[in-house]
Amino acid sequence: MIAELFTTTVLVGILASGIRLATPYLYAALGETFGQRSGVLNLGVEGIMLLGAFAAFYTTFITENLWLGLLAAILVGGVMGLVVAIINVTLKAEQGISGIGIYLFGLGMSELLFQKTMGTVETVSGFAPVYIPFLSDIPILGEIFFQQNIMVYLAYLMVPIAWFILGKTTLGLKIRAVGENPEAADTLGVSVSGVRYITEIFGGVMSGIAGASLSIAILNVFQQNLTSGLGFIAVALVYFGGWRPVGVLVGSLIFSMVNALQLWVQVLNIPIPSDFAVMMPYVLTILALIVAVQRVRPPAALTKPYERGG
Amino acid sequence: MQDFFAKHPSAWRAFDIFLPFLATLAALGVGAIMLMVFDANPLVAYGALLEGAFGSTNALADTLVKATPLLLVALGICIAFRGGVINIGGEGQLILGALAATLVGLTFPELPGYVVIPAALIFGFFAGAVWGAIPGFLKAYFNVNEILSTIMMNAIAVQGMNYLLREPMIDPDQLEAASRIPQTARLSAAFDLPRLVPTRLHLGTGLAIIAAFLVFIFLWRTIVGYRIRAVGLNPDASRYAGINVPRNIVLSLLLSGAFCGLAGAIQIYGLHHRMFTDGSATGFTGSAGFNGIVVALFGQLHPLGAIPASFLFGALIVGANKLQRVMQVPSSFIIALNGLVVVFVVGADYWRRKFARRREAEVVSEELETSEAEVPT
Repeated sequence: MIAELFTTTVLVGILASGIRLATPYLYAALGETFGQRSGVLNLGVEGIMLLGAFAAFYTTFITENLWLGLLAAILVGGVMGLVVAIINVTLKAEQGISGIGIYLFGLGMSELLFQKTMGTVETVSGFAPVYIPFLSDIPILGEIFFQQNIMVYLAYLMVPIAWFILGKTTLGLKIRAVGENPEAADTLGVSVSGVRYITEIFGGVMSGIAGASLSIAILNVFQQNLTSGLGFIAVALVYFGGWRPVGVLVGSLIFSMVNALQLWVQVLNIPIPSDFAVMMPYVLTILALIVAVQRVRPPAALTKPYERGG
Repeated sequence: MQDFFAKHPSAWRAFDIFLPFLATLAALGVGAIMLMVFDANPLVAYGALLEGAFGSTNALADTLVKATPLLLVALGICIAFRGGVINIGGEGQLILGALAATLVGLTFPELPGYVVIPAALIFGFFAGAVWGAIPGFLKAYFNVNEILSTIMMNAIAVQGMNYLLREPMIDPDQLEAASRIPQTARLSAAFDLPRLVPTRLHLGTGLAIIAAFLVFIFLWRTIVGYRIRAVGLNPDASRYAGINVPRNIVLSLLLSGAFCGLAGAIQIYGLHHRMFTDGSATGFTGSAGFNGIVVALFGQLHPLGAIPASFLFGALIVGANKLQRVMQVPSSFIIALNGLVVVFVVGADYWRRKFARRREAEVVSEELETSEAEVPT
């Protein structure tokens, strides 16, 4: 039965799903990378993803317009990012705990809205696969990489964009300065709170999009706790990726491949209890964290609210 | 206003204690808006909440029953916080404690209760300790962020529980019936913690209150507790003073997990008498592992402060459940409201810290003035 995993069709299937399943990780973890580089840990990603997923799904279900759905997720994510910024930046809350509050709110609220507006599980036809001319015709590779939908391509496109913004622009320099040495940044006239508001709202938007990528591009469905822990793993991926977009990409791919493998193990009826299959990514996360933190130091001001003269 | 506080220093204390209440009321206010959006009358709804929490002897007993695991988790959170670590893993530690305690009861159905109950509670305590010590060890010796590792440990515990209750530990009756509800057999009635009939109030509440006093004595009256607090206040100074910092980090998370584990064990022997799951992350725990954190904050991170705080939070949860039944809003409303309360309580802490700083500044400047007045001689 294990041998069935090693046929070409199945391997290509696993790799193609792996590429696709990295999408929500990429959006959420890249957004979170900006926040953490500026010194704020937003542990509420999971909750914002759920709200974004619902907003996108419901809007699409009503209007039958996927782009309006995506826009709704962006708006909801942005508002939630603003809320996170108010709590963590202005009110200087303990970030580990406020994030749990955001998570519980998103978990409950998305389900509540779902119950009140729809009540039953429906499906939408999500973003259709876009076959990249010529490239998608390459045997095997074409099927794995170039027959995905637009949300998947955009997620990968975000990696160089994030790398460029963080590493090569003034804004990126400000973000890193605020996360490493807020006192110095403040002295030089950089608004610490301003930068952190920007990164948190951006992180919220990206979490919202991550949720939308699940509900209108990959799974095309909304149900209770749709994200089932993806958002928490995305936060850990930022640590694993050493707070660098490329590192986040590597981490996202490792985890999405494990997820894909896990799906196919279930499809092929290989007798591993599904609970263990679901557990694997979390065990892997802990191991990954042990390996990762030995290499890179976190941003110096991470989780530390900034006090002038403090 | 400042004059008022200057004249009445105890008013500050009252303000500190009053603040989380205000925050909770604000969260309930937002909840009221949500209810209005869903065409429910918030006055009727919150009337039901109050009645559900305090309306009768049974309601009051239920509030105490709900407060029990919250208090125990909050004690664990206090220890972690005082030791300078954040334990978000109460959920998983509680599950481990409950599983271990259930296992004891299922394995020795013939033994008398006075043997099995203490053994089960101790076993649950240790199981929680192990689940807390792992992230503690990773933090102390591998520098792994404990917030992330404890969240992962929660998820692992939930899946482990689901597996155990679906396969090896499932009730034999459920195995025969086609329903296969994931739960264990009911533990022998001889193992039930003594109960104040006809209510559901059980001995566990008393045990939790005793535990609160023990934790207080431990943290403030023993050398081990002193070391934990020293590491929490200033790890560098503690290191120079010869305290083994990594070992104390492990110890604070270990003890923190142990009390969460005890909470799980008491839930089984006092209330449920069997372990069950609905497959979701918060189905068995009712988010007690998270809410205990809020209770600890409510109680100013003091073990004795956690006693009234857990009572209030227990009332909130029991009342909210009643509200949900009366108003026929989906139960997810409670989870969302719970999240709002967490956010508002941690957010409001800003004003406590702000006023505390101003207070200190005033004391310092007064001392400066008096000392300057003495200098001319």
